[in-house]
Amino acid sequence: MAKITYHTYNNKTQTIDVQNGLTVMEGAVQNDIPGIDADCGGGMACATCHVYVKEDWLGKLPTKEDGEEDMLDMAYEPKQNSRLSCQLIISDELDGLEVTIPEKQA
Amino acid sequence: MNKTDVLIIGAGPTGLFCAHQLGIIGLQCEIVDNLDKAGGQCIELYPDKPIYDIPAIPECTGEELTNNLLQQIKPFNIKFHLNERVEELKKIENRWHIKTSGNQEFDVSAIIIAGGVGSFEPRKFSVKECEKFEGSSLFYSIKDKTIFKDKTISIFGGGDSALDWAIELSNTSKVNLIHRRDGFSGAESSVQKVKALNDQGKLNLYTKYQMESVSGDNQISSLKIKHDEGKTKQLQSDYVLGFFGLIMQLGPILNWGLNINKKTVEVNTENFETNVDGIFAIGDICSYPGKLKLILSGFHEGALAARGCFRYARPDEKLRFEFSTTSKAAQERLGVKK
Repeated sequence: MAKITYHTYNNKTQTIDVQNGLTVMEGAVQNDIPGIDADCGGGMACATCHVYVKEDWLGKLPTKEDGEEDMLDMAYEPKQNSRLSCQLIISDELDGLEVTIPEKQA
Repeated sequence: MNKTDVLIIGAGPTGLFCAHQLGIIGLQCEIVDNLDKAGGQCIELYPDKPIYDIPAIPECTGEELTNNLLQQIKPFNIKFHLNERVEELKKIENRWHIKTSGNQEFDVSAIIIAGGVGSFEPRKFSVKECEKFEGSSLFYSIKDKTIFKDKTISIFGGGDSALDWAIELSNTSKVNLIHRRDGFSGAESSVQKVKALNDQGKLNLYTKYQMESVSGDNQISSLKIKHDEGKTKQLQSDYVLGFFGLIMQLGPILNWGLNINKKTVEVNTENFETNVDGIFAIGDICSYPGKLKLILSGFHEGALAARGCFRYARPDEKLRFEFSTTSKAAQERLGVKK
């Protein structure tokens, strides 16, 4: 279990307990957090679960597979701290992770 | 006006197999899809990637699955309307009239929406002013490349479309290629070609840059790009091209009075009909308790929706359950009767 904090575009913040084994994307979808559509269902085939990860977490996350960086080319305003939230699998180590959902993502 | 029993919206695996199920029970259908080929997400997103969970097929690619399905429905001579998006829907007496983006019209007894997560549309620039120039000096696809001759073109993106067009247009135009990182997702041979053209001064490559703003009166005259580290650059440019792949959007279906929940259409699990009589939804686009977004679920949903259409298309007939192995009628329709 990890507490994940989602900052959404309307300046709302929600902190949710997400079970180990789910992804940061699933934690958002199951809790109706707006801005994470996950059209492809976690297959790294769209970029609608794109999030900005809080800077101090960047090094602690699993590294990107090739496909993730390619897919981020398609994301809305990608930055250095962009990740696809479907690729971030929850474990105790991610407890306290904070992500921000891009302003316009649909 | 195309008159048929059923219109299937979406030529992905679910729509294709549903056409088979309609054919085998003796109903006719036509298929509309916004892409230029059949296969849906299988062909657009992962043609070369393996799929391991199609029953009785240990492994196949998205392209192989599509080709096999097309082969399977060949006996029914189904008419495809590609590059068409459904726009308008009207009920006239007991029939549905549908109009597409290319002004094709259909008159059908029932509609099956197999639209996946919506129709594929180009992903656009996030910079607001870009809208103003879209269609005149800013494009997301190229229809007539002759307009670019002897002009300055700024191309954004790192995939095959961006690289291929940068290489081709560099023969007759001044080309800037702008990409947000050093790595490219397009073919390695094209990346090498682009780098060589850049070294020879036949193309200007800007990596780790993204669009900051565009300006001009009626036409674009210049744009500003911004480096990862913050510095900006001004580029003179007559045209801007963006190749950021495709995004899926539900589009006009949203306005059809269907019960929509999180970009999916609610259906019953008896025949996958929606809250509107005569409109069915199957595959990734439908939702019901326990829904699994698997291709095999779409096949099951299509088989039941096809039978659900029967009472609209043949109100005076009763559909008898038959197996393809033993049904003479089914075998005649398949053209395999000995």
